[in-house]
Amino acid sequence: MSGFPILSLMLAVPAIAAIACLFVGDKMSRFVALGATLATFVLGCIMWAQFDIGGAQWQFQELHEGIFGRFNYALGIDGMALMLIMLSVFLMPLCILASWDAIKQRVGLYMAMFLVMETIMIGVFCAQDLLLFYIFFEAGLIPMYFIIGIWGGANRIYAAFKFFLYTLLGSVLMLIAIIAMIHEAGTTDIPTLLNYDFPVQMQTWLWLAFFASLAVKMPMWPVHTWLPDAHVQAPTAGSMILAGVLLKLGAYGFLRFMMPMFPDASGQLMWIVFGLSMIAVVYTSLVALVQSDMKKLIAYSSVAHMAIVTAGLFAFNQQGIEGALIIMLSHGVVSAALFFCVGVIYDRLHTREIDRYGGLAVNMPAYALFFMLFTMASIGLPGTSGFVGEFLSLAGIYEASSWVAFVCTTGIILGAAYMLYLYRRVVFGELTKDDVKAMADLNPREWTIMVPLAAVALWMGVYPESFLAPMRGDVTTVVARLAPAKPAGDAHLAAGKPKAAKPHGEPAHGSSHAGGVQ
Amino acid sequence: MTADLMLIWPELILTIGGLITLMLGTFFGDRNVGLYQLSSLLTLAAAAAAVVALFGIETTVFSGTLSVDSFGGFAKLLIYAASFVCIIVAPRFFNGGMRAEYPTLILFAALGMGIMASSRDLMTLYVGLELNSLAAYVLASFMRTDERSTEAGLKYFVLGALASGMLLYGISLLYGFTGTTDFAGIAKVLGGELNIGLIFGIVFVLAGLGFKISAVPFHMWTPDVYEGAPTPVTTFFATAPKVAAMALMTRVVIDAMGPAVGAWQQIIIFLSLASIILGAVGAIGQKNIKRLLAYSSINNVGFMLVGLAAGTQQGVEGVLTYLLVYMLTTLGAFLVVLQLRDVDGNQVESIPALAGLSQRRPGLAAAMAVFLFSLAGIPPLFGFWPKYLVFEAAVNANLVPLAVAGIVASVIGAFYYIAIIKTMYFDDKSDTEFPKGGGAIVEDAVITASALWLSVIGYLFIPVLAVLSASAAAVLF
Repeated sequence: MSGFPILSLMLAVPAIAAIACLFVGDKMSRFVALGATLATFVLGCIMWAQFDIGGAQWQFQELHEGIFGRFNYALGIDGMALMLIMLSVFLMPLCILASWDAIKQRVGLYMAMFLVMETIMIGVFCAQDLLLFYIFFEAGLIPMYFIIGIWGGANRIYAAFKFFLYTLLGSVLMLIAIIAMIHEAGTTDIPTLLNYDFPVQMQTWLWLAFFASLAVKMPMWPVHTWLPDAHVQAPTAGSMILAGVLLKLGAYGFLRFMMPMFPDASGQLMWIVFGLSMIAVVYTSLVALVQSDMKKLIAYSSVAHMAIVTAGLFAFNQQGIEGALIIMLSHGVVSAALFFCVGVIYDRLHTREIDRYGGLAVNMPAYALFFMLFTMASIGLPGTSGFVGEFLSLAGIYEASSWVAFVCTTGIILGAAYMLYLYRRVVFGELTKDDVKAMADLNPREWTIMVPLAAVALWMGVYPESFLAPMRGDVTTVVARLAPAKPAGDAHLAAGKPKAAKPHGEPAHGSSHAGGVQ
Repeated sequence: MTADLMLIWPELILTIGGLITLMLGTFFGDRNVGLYQLSSLLTLAAAAAAVVALFGIETTVFSGTLSVDSFGGFAKLLIYAASFVCIIVAPRFFNGGMRAEYPTLILFAALGMGIMASSRDLMTLYVGLELNSLAAYVLASFMRTDERSTEAGLKYFVLGALASGMLLYGISLLYGFTGTTDFAGIAKVLGGELNIGLIFGIVFVLAGLGFKISAVPFHMWTPDVYEGAPTPVTTFFATAPKVAAMALMTRVVIDAMGPAVGAWQQIIIFLSLASIILGAVGAIGQKNIKRLLAYSSINNVGFMLVGLAAGTQQGVEGVLTYLLVYMLTTLGAFLVVLQLRDVDGNQVESIPALAGLSQRRPGLAAAMAVFLFSLAGIPPLFGFWPKYLVFEAAVNANLVPLAVAGIVASVIGAFYYIAIIKTMYFDDKSDTEFPKGGGAIVEDAVITASALWLSVIGYLFIPVLAVLSASAAAVLF
């Protein structure tokens, strides 16, 4: 590992570009933002290439003690953080491209806000100091508040306030818990805290305080109501980044903090998570079914997908957690793509009403193809990214509780229902409306955005090992940490007695240890 | 005696400088703004230099009635800095109506506040407090032809006199039941059995001081006075006297009442929560930016009291850091308000008129947004840090319910801060134009510097702040 501070550089590039965007004028700021996000993406790729899979748990560590007095400037990533950072830096240039023509007012400020957002997201995932993490975690509210409030739709002010206050209320309780943790453990260093055993009684309180914050970010039922409002009102790129990365903060917090730091409380209170997840899967899927607004439908589907993530995480086993992580990555790509698909037709007709469309397959065949691919990925068709994550996490959930798995699986069926129903109404049917007839197919800029998203969705579906491999060691560490607190599952799986392996009977799947006994 | 005088150089300089400034105004006329402004600024700078020179000396003077220590030094530096800025910005605001009394009164107020911050005796406490208050009453009604200003002065005077009465009554009870006015002596008696007289004394003293820091329920004067007083004076009221009164309250609570934790802690907790909640709720309906900032100051005092309620050294460090950051933020916010003038040069104070400010004056709106987010305590702005410190002190002192209630109420406060940002950034442009006025380089510089410092740079100063506030707070323990 070289001593080059690549993480600091990745934080600095967008931050400096953000300041530049404020001063270079509207036209130029688009290019500055695109250049900076691409540069950060390249840095991310270099980091991924340099990442030593199976090596030290924490890599690319940077530590400057004392510059903030009470807490440290400590950065470092493990495999999970690496993949989430990659997701952020991959989506960012696409978001900038997606807003290229759609944003006409105060472009400089807009680009600056997105770049600040990028810095903050990278910071959240690579902070190795609890306070530094909290500062990044909370800071995300400010740019998002501006993005929704200035460039959002008609009801943007309500949505911006709701987003801001809802998530703030959740996170302040986490701050109290963080203070208590620092007081108890005497350190703000996350790797140390990960192995610190808090008293069991205290764990419960800390767990609940973190849960209050992360459940809102996640969002879990019943505190999910800010999400549909925020999505519907946010500009396309805002929705992309909100669904793509910000929703992952909650699950990241579960996996990074709540589960390994409070394992006993996690074991005792897992029923809360399972219960809320089950309700969310069924309830929000049903709600999605009756939406007439495309963005709202996808927003509710996000809540349902995130509920499978939470259930998968709290299965406390390798498949469940790996599956949850793959859903997070897959959902990050696919939901961003779906929001972009909505954005494409919204830019042409300026409405998100599903009924205003129909028959797009006739005049927008390329669009229909991509939309189809992402719809299928969202449903979880084998070969797409959605399948891998859902299969793995449901397999893991089944091991923990067959009933939870049963209820969560209905979410997949309902997911197919609402997504296909959406697709049918928008893309198929008669092309009768004149203004819809006049809509042109994808332009080169939109192709440029669609192709990478589609490529990644397929890549993750066909060869998920590329994404699983860096995270496997971290998941094993968490599972080992949780093992003493893990309740017995109700599904008593027993390994079969396989016949002697045939020479050609290689397991087709990268994560072949799924389904084993634990 | 002479040795004692050598240790109160800051006070001596302020007294002499104030008198010189008054003379200059009388002899050369009010027109010579530059002259008496310069002499007042030099006085403040010299006094600040004297404070720095005396740093590190921990002793008492005049038979233990006044202390010379780094706690007082820290508070005095903040007070002088705030006074300095309030004198600089005044001539532009008064626009020809500037008189030599203004800097003179500020100097005398600063003198009184310095005495408040370093008093170790109930009598010096009262002398300092009244010296400051009398100057402040006159300052509030400084624009004698303006109805609102006169009203503000009168209101401030009547309610201030009432509070002084309560304070004096409390002082007399404490003196009567302890037989001394010396803080250390009072603490010794309070360490024993508490009787009803002592408890009444504590309550009345804290009520009188609560008026000075404008903690709920003694806050009623604040919005009216802030709104009515000329803006530079409001800037002054919101910063320097807050620092002085808060420092005084800390000293009284820790030094004099320290042993009677059970008696004062509940009162402070009540004042704190009431201020946080009422400061937040009361601000929501406000249409005048100065009134709103008044409620914001009530709200912030509530957070400072969270640190004081902990009653630990960590808590006092938090209070001191909070004072510094709060003072910078408030100065910045009021300087932004000072810049809001329409085409005719009139001050604009109505919040709806700020609609779309970000498109007319992007820099000014950005600075204001930084100040407001910072007052709301949203990281990464530096306003988060003192809030963190006071809550940390509360949690470590086992006051978790107070911390939870306070932090949840802070979300209500965030609502009105972000509502102003909404007005500036999300709303369409209002009819009011805000042309860029000339000759405001100093104001611009102060606004820019404090906005930058509060954005992220401040975090780099945490180690310095920690050392300063720790050495200041250690004096009391």
